[in-house]
Amino acid sequence: MQRIAWLPALTLAAMLGPVLAGLVGTILPALGYFPAAGADRLTLEPLQDLLAWPGLPRATWLSVSTGLLATGLSLAIVALITAGWIGTRAFRALERLLSPLLSVPHAAAAFGIAFLIAPSGWVVRLISPWATGWAQPPDVLIVQDPWGLAMVAGLVVKEVPFLMLMTLAALGQTDANRALTVAQSLGYGRITGWMRTVFPRIYAQIRLPVYVVLVYSMSVVDVAVILGPNTPPTLSVQIVRWMNDPDLALRLQAAAAALLQLALVLATVTLWWLAERAVAWLGHRLIATGARGRADRMQRQLGLCAGAAVAAAVLLGLLSLAVWSVAGFWSYPDLLPNSLTLRTWMRHGPDLWTTALETAVIAVTATGLALLLALGCLEAEYRYGLRMRTGGLFILYLPLLVPQTAFLPGLQTLLLSIGADAGRGPVIATHLVFVLPYVFLSLGDPFRAWDPRYGTIASALSASPDQVLWRVRLPMLLAPVLTACAVGIAVSVGQYLPTLLVGGGRVQTLTTEAVALAAGGDRRAIGVHGLVQTLAALLPFAAAVLLPTLIWRNRRGLRHG
Amino acid sequence: MGERGLRLSQICIARGEAILLELDLHIAPGEVLTVMGPSGAGKSTLLSLIIGTLRRDFNAAGRVLLDGRDITDLPTAKRRVGILFQDDLLFPHLSVGENLAFGLSADVKGRAIRRARVETALDEIGLTGFADRDPATLSGGQKARVALMRMLLSEPCALLLDEAFSRLDTARRDQIRALVFDYASRRGLPTLMVTHDMADARAAGGKVIQI
Repeated sequence: MQRIAWLPALTLAAMLGPVLAGLVGTILPALGYFPAAGADRLTLEPLQDLLAWPGLPRATWLSVSTGLLATGLSLAIVALITAGWIGTRAFRALERLLSPLLSVPHAAAAFGIAFLIAPSGWVVRLISPWATGWAQPPDVLIVQDPWGLAMVAGLVVKEVPFLMLMTLAALGQTDANRALTVAQSLGYGRITGWMRTVFPRIYAQIRLPVYVVLVYSMSVVDVAVILGPNTPPTLSVQIVRWMNDPDLALRLQAAAAALLQLALVLATVTLWWLAERAVAWLGHRLIATGARGRADRMQRQLGLCAGAAVAAAVLLGLLSLAVWSVAGFWSYPDLLPNSLTLRTWMRHGPDLWTTALETAVIAVTATGLALLLALGCLEAEYRYGLRMRTGGLFILYLPLLVPQTAFLPGLQTLLLSIGADAGRGPVIATHLVFVLPYVFLSLGDPFRAWDPRYGTIASALSASPDQVLWRVRLPMLLAPVLTACAVGIAVSVGQYLPTLLVGGGRVQTLTTEAVALAAGGDRRAIGVHGLVQTLAALLPFAAAVLLPTLIWRNRRGLRHG
Repeated sequence: MGERGLRLSQICIARGEAILLELDLHIAPGEVLTVMGPSGAGKSTLLSLIIGTLRRDFNAAGRVLLDGRDITDLPTAKRRVGILFQDDLLFPHLSVGENLAFGLSADVKGRAIRRARVETALDEIGLTGFADRDPATLSGGQKARVALMRMLLSEPCALLLDEAFSRLDTARRDQIRALVFDYASRRGLPTLMVTHDMADARAAGGKVIQI
């Protein structure tokens, strides 16, 4: 019976071990201790070198401003759409797009946005030259603008679906419909009523995911490389540049910057937390005035437009990746290429195949391990009657709340110091850190929602606990298990920094290859790679939807919407 | 060999400091004992104690003896106590025949023999030829009969009924109830029924206790 009791501990170790090790590996070099580079005494020099870097104030400000802006915008859009449109046909249409939008890797979405808004992108082509008079692409820096607005756009289109999913999950546990009805019967508008009665309850439940978005947006690297400013870049990008520099001494500076990044994230999350208090206080005052709210209609329209824009940006972006991947000669300002060709696909095909295989091996292994651990924990919880408390949930989110750029450089340094070979193994272990929380969160609710009386019945029919799990529970939960797998694979496929840093540049996945193309600007190659990357994340989702309907096609009791 | 039937010896179930119920009773083979009481009185808790799924936040004292065998500390799978809930809880991923085979004792060996036993069982409850059917396509009464037969095929030594008839419409309820009591008495199963329906208690005809 006690066979699986140790699984929660192992899961904890798999999830937090690399994070803690990475943080140690960051702190030591930041204080000057890095024997591999001949530095073995504690000193503040790396920190002083970092402070002497002229780009520091700008890079720091960019990290904070883009992070706050992307998080604030995403949250506002999600709140507006949900408040204004939940229960309507328009909302259900957006809801159906949620899973595909979620599975699109960040890098592919960012490339898509770049292709749309670049001076020679689809948007300009669409209105030129008849509306703008531009016979040549305008000479303005839209992508990689110095304020990081393009980067914010790239983040928002990916974080809105994520926060939306979390909101929908939270709504399921809230008596939202009736609260809204009561508010409306008291004369409040739809949005005003929702914001004042439902939103506070929802926010309390999506607080951790919101922090995840904030931390992620502040420390993201791949989106920043593709859409973010260059001189200077955000702090995270600069850390990675220093890490990749052949001069090992710069790693000390990178470590110091990583430490700064961690402090910055902590400070910003604290700031956000304070802002929550302020908004709550203001909200109470506002509610006390009894104002019924105006401009409800306008806000609803705004919400819908924003939601539609997010979906359209991702989908049209992917379409433009697809068109570029088969474009022959394509002159400005034509809306479509003059000719179509498969040449780019032929050229990259063989390499792509190898890279896709590597990507799949890493994603499937990491997801398989994550699934075993998550199922083990959940089953242990069920068998031994344990209950996960708020603390447990926090631990689950912890790897997502530590900025990647704070511990991954340390992990690389540590691997280097102990002479471990960078390669596939460590990369898989690091992917597991990020895959595990998502697999666990995706599987947890359906696993716990399973009617335990089925287990009682099966046990009363002499089935052992293992038989109950394998012959009754898991077959009945096939659909959520496959969805969790698809989520895990999508998360792994999308990982950039863990693969780059922990793989020591020697492990190439579809994502690292695609992002590496960003600097070159070969749109056809980017189109091919972005598309394959998206497919790698999307196909498992399609399988997760199709397989259960296929396997259980004669079982009406397992078919649900 | 000890005393036949189901004995609940000096059972006391508590939650924290508060004592939920205290019982000491014996159900003879073939006898149906009805337990009635308002919701929250601990009726279902009593059943989960007997079947071995009592939640950890309850603590219980006393022994459960089945045909003289002390089953108090046995895992559910080893107790040989059958249970029927108000929902049929047929496994939705298995066909009707597979559901019955799930219940059929593993001591019955051989594909053909097991298949034949399942067919006979289906004949017995008037569902001949239903083996390959999806349980979701059955009527409420048919599902209830399959659930009953699945439980009987595991050859239980006692039977628990947890509001087992409350979801059925009146016409079916009498029919299924008669079927269950008939099997219980023919097989000599001590039966404990939890219900809030007086008609169930009257139909059982046995002792009624209030908790």
